[in-house]
Parts: sequence; C-alpha cells; structure tokens
Amino acid sequence: MVIEMPTQSDGENRMIKANKRTRFSVAVSVVCALMLLASVPVKAADATNPEADRKAFQAFFFAKFPKVAKDDFANGPYAVNEGMRKQWKEIMEFPPYDPALDEGHTEWDKPFANGKTYADCFDNKGEGIRQTYPRFIAATGQVETLEGAINRCRVENGEKPLNWMTGMMASLTAVMAESSRGKPFDITIPDDPRALAAYERGKEFFYARKGQLGMSCASCHVSPAGERMRGDILAPALGILAAMPIYRSDWGSMGTTIRRISSCSAQTRSLPLEDNGEDYRDLEYFLSYMSNGIAIAGPGTRP
Amino acid sequence: MMRAFFFAAGFAMLSLPALAATQAEAEAALAAAQTTEAQAVAAKAAWTSTEADLAAARKALAAENWDAAKAAADEARSQAQLSIDQANEQKTSWRTAIFH
Repeated sequence: MVIEMPTQSDGENRMIKANKRTRFSVAVSVVCALMLLASVPVKAADATNPEADRKAFQAFFFAKFPKVAKDDFANGPYAVNEGMRKQWKEIMEFPPYDPALDEGHTEWDKPFANGKTYADCFDNKGEGIRQTYPRFIAATGQVETLEGAINRCRVENGEKPLNWMTGMMASLTAVMAESSRGKPFDITIPDDPRALAAYERGKEFFYARKGQLGMSCASCHVSPAGERMRGDILAPALGILAAMPIYRSDWGSMGTTIRRISSCSAQTRSLPLEDNGEDYRDLEYFLSYMSNGIAIAGPGTRP
Repeated sequence: MMRAFFFAAGFAMLSLPALAATQAEAEAALAAAQTTEAQAVAAKAAWTSTEADLAAARKALAAENWDAAKAAADEARSQAQLSIDQANEQKTSWRTAIFH
C-alpha cells in the first residue's frame, strides 16, 4: 500500500479553499445581517405620521376616561373630577372671563390709527376661525399662533405688538375663541417637510424631559391625567388647548396659551423659553393637532 | 499624648486657610458657572434652580462673603452642567416616552 503524501502545492490548495470558504461564510453572514436589519419594522414613533399619532393619542384618552364625552375633554380637570366639576359649574354662573370678553369686544371694534380693524386681517373677519390656529404659513415656513396673527395684524397696521401672555392679548383671543365655540379643532399639516418638521419638534418638546424636576409635558398630562399632584387635578392633554385663553384662579387673571406653557415650564424648574418663540409655537401645533375634532370651548376657567 | 495633640492642632491650623475661599476664587467660580449656564441657555436647557444659585452667588460676592459666593457658584455650575447633560440625553431618549 502506497500512502500518497500531500505535496506542498496540495497544502496551498487546501488553504486557498479554506480561505474561500471563510470569505463565503463572512459574506453570507453580512448579507443575512443586512436582510435582518431591513426586515425590522420601523417603529411607529420614529416615523412622522401625524394622523396615526392623533388616532392613537385620542384612543388612549377615550380608553382612560370612558365616561368622559369627547368634547368634554376641553374642560380639563373639570371633565375628569366630579368634585371640581361641581365647583366649576357654580363658578360659571358668573364666568370670571366675562370682563375680558367685554374689553376684547371693545378693542376688536376699535379702528387702528390707519382706520383699519382686526377684522380686516383675518379670514371671515375673524369670526369662527380660532379652531384653525395655529397654522403653518408656507411663506415663512413657520407655525403662526393666534396671538402671532394678532400681533402681526397690529404691526402691519402701524400699531405696537401686545404682550403675548395676558392683558389685551388674552381679551382679543377670548373674543375669537368665543366666536368658535362648538367648532371642532381643525388643524392642518400641509404636505410640506417644514410643516412636518415643526410638528415633529412640537412632539419632541411634549415628550422630552426638562427642568430640574426632569419632567416632560407628558409626565403630567398623559398617564397621570385625572390624578392629583399636591392639590391640583392634572388635566388630560387631549383638548387641553381647546378652552384657551383661560381665567386661572391661581393667576387671578386671564392668560394665553403661551402664558400657560411658559408657567408649566417654570413649574418643572425649566427656564421658560422665548414668548411665542419657535419651541412654544411648535408645541402648540402638535398639541392642537392631537385635539383635532374636539370642540373649542374657550374662553375657559381653570383652578 | 501632648505630642499628638500639638500635631493635630498644628495640622488643623494649617488646613484652615485652604478652607476659606479668596475673592479671586469666588470670582473665578462665578465666571465658570456663568459660562456653563450660558451654554445651557443656548441649548434651551437651562433650569430655574441654576439661575437662583447664580443670583445667590452674585449676592454673596457683592457682600464680600467669598465662601458663600464660591459655594453657590460651584452649585450653579454643577446644575448648569446637569441641565446640559439632560438635554443631550433627551435628544434621543424622548422617543421612549411616546405611548402611541
């Protein structure tokens, strides 16, 4: 029996074959890994889909508060706490925002120095349009709030802008809200990447933790909604802007949406950002879109 | 025994000047805190507690209480850095809070 000893060239051949097998295995592994990655579904939260967000957002609150009627979410803590609701009904016998409405109506009808009025700046003379604010303005590529539209109207007519938070601004937005009572929020997000980006920034602001207390808007107004935080009942995020502007007993005066967001920031020990700046405007855009379909109930009252 | 006592007393006396802040140290601590807080404000991440600590540091500095000024300024710097860290961490982790 002759045993054929491997030659040097046979050894080299085996090494080459082994190398080829290794390379083939690596290639197959890489292809498999890539296929696996491609097959992982994109998390819904990672993709911008405002309408899917809105449906899921509203479904959460309808499931959490099955006894609360859809439009009642505009009434915040009064919709989810029976004791507070009783107090609120008594308060509403003489609504504390009435003086602001009177002041607002007078101002609304008063012509600017150039003879024009607020009504000249808005669609339908400003009647029944509050539910469409905030709006994405294609010309500027930015979100415009109702307060922003009022101040733009003033500046374009040679008047000084109003304080964003309270006073006459709150009175004017109260007048516009009153004319939209019962009309459902109807916020549109046009097919414009800038509008979607604004929506996404607003969503991030809502969910991102801020301040020394490490709280986000959602920390109070989503899962713990309806529960107590010290003496307060936390309002559900759904419909939370539908009653704006509000007379807040804690303030003893009227306040706009901007004032409420700013004071919320301060309550988490986060330094409030620019009044009516992009951050707050985008947050309002997101939050209002989430409430599409909830009827406007402003002006409102809050504890 | 007496030797140990004198050794301890001497050591304590030597360490006293190290515990008291100088005006320069307090001013440097405040400057550092203000710089960090400016970065936090620019990142839209600032905390009201930092502002309170900065105000306390400025007040103590004006009153020539260097120890209190330095302590408040150091705290402000720490708070400002924490707020920046929070903002950086939340840039991605906010998505984990989404419930829908």
